[in-house]
Amino acid sequence: MHARATILPLTLDRLTYARGGETLIDGISATIGASSRTVVLGPNGAGKSLLLRLCHGLIAPTDGAVRWAGADAFGRQDVARRQALVFQRPVLLRRSALANITYALSLQGRLGRGERHARARDALASVGLAHVAERPARVLSGGEQQRLAIARAAALKPDVLFLDEPTASLDPGACRAIEDAIRAIDAAGTKIIMTTHDLGQARRLADEVLFLCRGRLLEHTPAEEFFERPRTPQAAAFLRGDIVG
Amino acid sequence: MGTAVPGREARLQGFDEALAAAWRLIVTGDTALVEIAALSLKVSLTAVFCAALIGLPLGAALALARFPGRGAVIVVINALMGLPPVVAGLLVYLLLSRAGPLGPYGLLFTPTAMVIAQTLLVTPIIAALTRQVVADLWTEYSEQLTSLGAGRLRAVPTLLWDARFSLVTAVLAGLGRAMAEVGAILVVGGNIDGVTRTMTTAIALETSKGDLPLALGLGIVLLVIVLVINAAAHLFGATARRAAG
Amino acid sequence: MRLFEITRRAMMAAAVGAALWGFAAPVAAQTTEKPFITVASTTSTEQSGLFKHLLPQFTEKTGIEVRVVAVGTGQALKIGERGDADVVFVHAKSAEEDFVAKGFGVDRSDVMYNDFVLVGPKGDPAGITGSGDAVKALQAIAEKKAPFVSRGDDSGTHKAELDLWKLAALDPKAEGNWYRETGSGMGPALNTAAGMDAYILADRGTWLSFKNRGDLAILVEGDDRLFNQYGIILVNPTRHAHVKEKEARAFIDWVVSPEGQAAIADYKIEGEQLFFPNASKKGA
Repeated sequence: MHARATILPLTLDRLTYARGGETLIDGISATIGASSRTVVLGPNGAGKSLLLRLCHGLIAPTDGAVRWAGADAFGRQDVARRQALVFQRPVLLRRSALANITYALSLQGRLGRGERHARARDALASVGLAHVAERPARVLSGGEQQRLAIARAAALKPDVLFLDEPTASLDPGACRAIEDAIRAIDAAGTKIIMTTHDLGQARRLADEVLFLCRGRLLEHTPAEEFFERPRTPQAAAFLRGDIVG
Repeated sequence: MGTAVPGREARLQGFDEALAAAWRLIVTGDTALVEIAALSLKVSLTAVFCAALIGLPLGAALALARFPGRGAVIVVINALMGLPPVVAGLLVYLLLSRAGPLGPYGLLFTPTAMVIAQTLLVTPIIAALTRQVVADLWTEYSEQLTSLGAGRLRAVPTLLWDARFSLVTAVLAGLGRAMAEVGAILVVGGNIDGVTRTMTTAIALETSKGDLPLALGLGIVLLVIVLVINAAAHLFGATARRAAG
Repeated sequence: MRLFEITRRAMMAAAVGAALWGFAAPVAAQTTEKPFITVASTTSTEQSGLFKHLLPQFTEKTGIEVRVVAVGTGQALKIGERGDADVVFVHAKSAEEDFVAKGFGVDRSDVMYNDFVLVGPKGDPAGITGSGDAVKALQAIAEKKAPFVSRGDDSGTHKAELDLWKLAALDPKAEGNWYRETGSGMGPALNTAAGMDAYILADRGTWLSFKNRGDLAILVEGDDRLFNQYGIILVNPTRHAHVKEKEARAFIDWVVSPEGQAAIADYKIEGEQLFFPNASKKGA
């Protein structure tokens, strides 16, 4: 059985990021494999969003490195094209929902026009947005826009999908739809790495947890272990609902 | 008319005469008026078209590119928005004169020369306003576009299309400047009756002849034309904007 | 929605098409239109309406269109010097002769003359009304320090005015701020004079068609030092090979011919003849 060529595992090697004299990410080392849904947890200001952006390559580390296993096989541009990131607030272009997805696919550059349209329609259908394909993306509701952003990312069939607090600004109904979408993408073979400060969501979705506090990686354990038997006092406090940090 | 000081009544009378003159011109479909109005529109619309062709990508590139001296270029282009039309006219005159470098083409005292001069005046306006609009948009979109794989260069057409409603305003500003100016086209066109006489140069001529009511009447007609163009653009834009969200 | 998109795209295409046509048409027209010459003349001549009366007669006879660029005398001569016109038709004899002497033009001919009039407020603080002596009138104005507007734009009218001041042995610029230079054409200068109730030297033609007179009227006229000679010059074809010599000579020859001269004499404003043809010989 041949595993599909992938850029995973992702290795963080003493990853550090400092700005304005302040160290925001402090020497994080970890290896993230392909097999599970990884959730990055931590109190506000812990550096979760920053970590995701560093992994995705939007920001360059000031020390240490982000390494993708397939980097030698693929070349830097390809490694970038095999990942996607969904932001907390969806950023959509002033065009139709369908056009937003076909645009992303055309940037990726692998498909012809007809194929892009077909793949975009499928992506919309998979998140239940087929009925708004021709609607301007910006008139959709917040939840619909975020679903669209996820559909856009999923349409690219990335090896890794980063999600930065994807449901932070959404109501519970929309939240549920997003979580379903995430599960579906995971089932289709894409590695999920997401951040959240919603413990309930973390419990629902996580297979593996990275717990950050003040820019440091305090715990990196399977989900059950983290929730049942946290090893550090900060994690325990966080799980109790105390203010940590 | 023998009073030493023109009374308030006399001044109002002048304005009434102007309105009457304007009405007469429009209602009778005065052929001379139609001719100069058509030339005004042809010259200005062509100039704005050329200026947009240059200014839109130039402004967008300036918003996104990073190079030494970028700040200075921005300052210069902003300053050129205030380029005195008569100076622009003189520069183009020296260029197109038989004694000048482009003399052999015999372009002086033709509508083409007027288009060139007005393009010179309008391009900085469109470029400067585009730069501002696109720069603002880039702060909103840069992370998402970078994540999707659109570098700065590739982002230019995307941002221009996304900003299309704001850019229409920039283009209308350019059109306003073109339709209103007289200094440049007077110098390079020569205000030749039946060949290079436009609304504004006709107004200048009638003013200098002392026929102020006719001059003002022509001015009112010109304002009406410009108002109609702007109203049409606004209605068109409002509908489109609502459709695009 | 689809219909809107289609309509919008159609309109954009139409706008682009219109713009391209607007740009191409004038350029295309230039290659297929009828023959024309460019004449550099003065604003006062054009504003007198002479060209509207005269040129159609020439065009009908010869099929040659005449395009007049009307600017100040100094600028008209400069245009001729640079070769941007085929003919120069101004009224500043010494500047014209200089133009020919420097080789910028050839074959200067007298064409016609009109006269200047000294215009001023009906109240006439300098008391010059009815005087036939323009020089004495200027001296009176200077003595009374009455406001006087000058074109100050190096035009034929301005040069004539300066010549009169010289004859009056006065340097008005040094005299005081009753002497105001506007740096503009005849019409705007008259506007200014009307606004300030000032004296001003104007050509009769512009005055007759000037509509914003305010309180001004002709106070002094008829002095033969007020006569204003017009000359027509061919821009030197040896110096500028592109000059349309044949058509330009046709125009010049017609203007000084009995037919052209009659047409000039025929031009009237309010029943008054404006220009007095006096082409007799080919002058230098």
